[in-house]
Amino acid sequence: MSIVKINNVDKTFFTKKAATTALKDISLSIEDGEFVSLIGPSGCGKTTLLSLIAGLFQPTNGEINIEGQQILRPSPKTGYMLQQDYLFPWLTIEQNITLGLKTMKKLNETTRENALSLLDKMGLLDKRRDYPSQLSGGMRQRVALVRMLATEPSLLLLDEPFSALDYQTKLKLEDLVSLTLKEQKKTAILVTHDIGEAIAMSDRIILLSARPGTIHQVFDVPEVLRQLAPFKARNHSEYNKLFQHIWKELESLEEENI
Amino acid sequence: MKKKISELHEQYKHKKRIEKIKIIICQLSILIFFFASWEIASRMRWIDPLLFSMPSRVWNLFLEKIQDGSLLTHASVTLFETIAGFILGTVIGTFIAAILWWSPFLSRVLDPYLVVLNSMPKIALGPILIVGLGPGYSSIIAMGALISVIITTLVVYNAFKNVDENYLKVVQTFGATKPQSFTSVVLPATLPTIISTLKVNVGLSWVGVIVGEFLVSKQGLGYMIIYGFQVFNFNLVILSLLVIAVLATVMYQGVELLERKLMKQLQ
Repeated sequence: MSIVKINNVDKTFFTKKAATTALKDISLSIEDGEFVSLIGPSGCGKTTLLSLIAGLFQPTNGEINIEGQQILRPSPKTGYMLQQDYLFPWLTIEQNITLGLKTMKKLNETTRENALSLLDKMGLLDKRRDYPSQLSGGMRQRVALVRMLATEPSLLLLDEPFSALDYQTKLKLEDLVSLTLKEQKKTAILVTHDIGEAIAMSDRIILLSARPGTIHQVFDVPEVLRQLAPFKARNHSEYNKLFQHIWKELESLEEENI
Repeated sequence: MKKKISELHEQYKHKKRIEKIKIIICQLSILIFFFASWEIASRMRWIDPLLFSMPSRVWNLFLEKIQDGSLLTHASVTLFETIAGFILGTVIGTFIAAILWWSPFLSRVLDPYLVVLNSMPKIALGPILIVGLGPGYSSIIAMGALISVIITTLVVYNAFKNVDENYLKVVQTFGATKPQSFTSVVLPATLPTIISTLKVNVGLSWVGVIVGEFLVSKQGLGYMIIYGFQVFNFNLVILSLLVIAVLATVMYQGVELLERKLMKQLQ
């Protein structure tokens, strides 16, 4: 059953000088438990599409449904993770991970325990009383992941969550996120500019073209790669084949724009 | 090898200590030199003692005024007015800034008025305040508050506007309402700015209150200055000036201490 349905969505931004169409005629449906990546040249509206699904603003035309409900404002069914962790420096780690629950007025002993057990799974329970400035970049992004998961969303929106990390941390975190999401059977949409990351993590890859952003091509990731953890997938022969394929497509798109 | 490092460290610490002592000695000698030369110049009639007084006379007056309790009354009146003024100025300014943040439309409407009010020397409104609020505490406190309220509004509003959008995005994706966004993101993120305006406002409020006392009051350090001036008792004028200098410094240091404590908690 498809959890996300995007029907003929356009998004145009208006400024005094111009009307810029960021997304044009996007239709897409995402199955329950699926991991989908959005890639494309810069300025193709990847993040815009993610923000629309999150309900942060509304499409100019068309509609977006999550679990059969039209999205008109941010919904508790979705969780959003940003490029940087954006942990609140004035709150402790425990206060940070329960922020969502508190905002939704769902904070009680059970939900707090649940959030803390997630933190424990990330190996950071002993940091609960620390402040974000005392943690490393990778730890902070793990805390941000817990913050998102604590409200138990069924759809996760990941906006280049690993791009600000160093390579080694990024690889480790990819495995951790992939494993956690599979365990919890979450549906996820990942925006990335890293083809390798998209292949290693997802079931399906959607390539957007730029200005205006449209769906250019959809790639299905071979079953063998889906079964593997991202780090192992990166070493598989199928990985390189798909990588070359997507790389060429992306090149051809970027050439049009240069 | 190890011993050598600790030795060097001791030497370094010793050097720093010597430097600090030197600085304190220089600071003290400037103070002593200033008062001593003032006393001598006045006694030798190089300067007119009637106009410039002399430290010994001011000191005697100080003891006298402490004994009859009048200095304490005047000082506490002024201190109360200043504290009330700068707290009111900061709180009201922050409150207006919150309203402007709330309504971008209103902030655009009010923009030119804020610019005019900010450019205007607030002291010039003194007579109007006195007519409006009556000659008393309320108009002096109003003066102390008025002088800082507009600049607080502008600075704090700017800080509110410059809060990183992404922090707001985080709480918005959790479905935060506007009041929730304000209390859980905007206000804590700008607390350092608000506290630092507090520091600026202490100084501004002193100006407002002293001028206010010049204009109307029958009590306070500003009143002492004007009274001393009118009866040509410059011992009194200079005593008030020195008391103001001490109190203003203490208050500023107090706010700075508060700032440091709060900042430590925030980090």
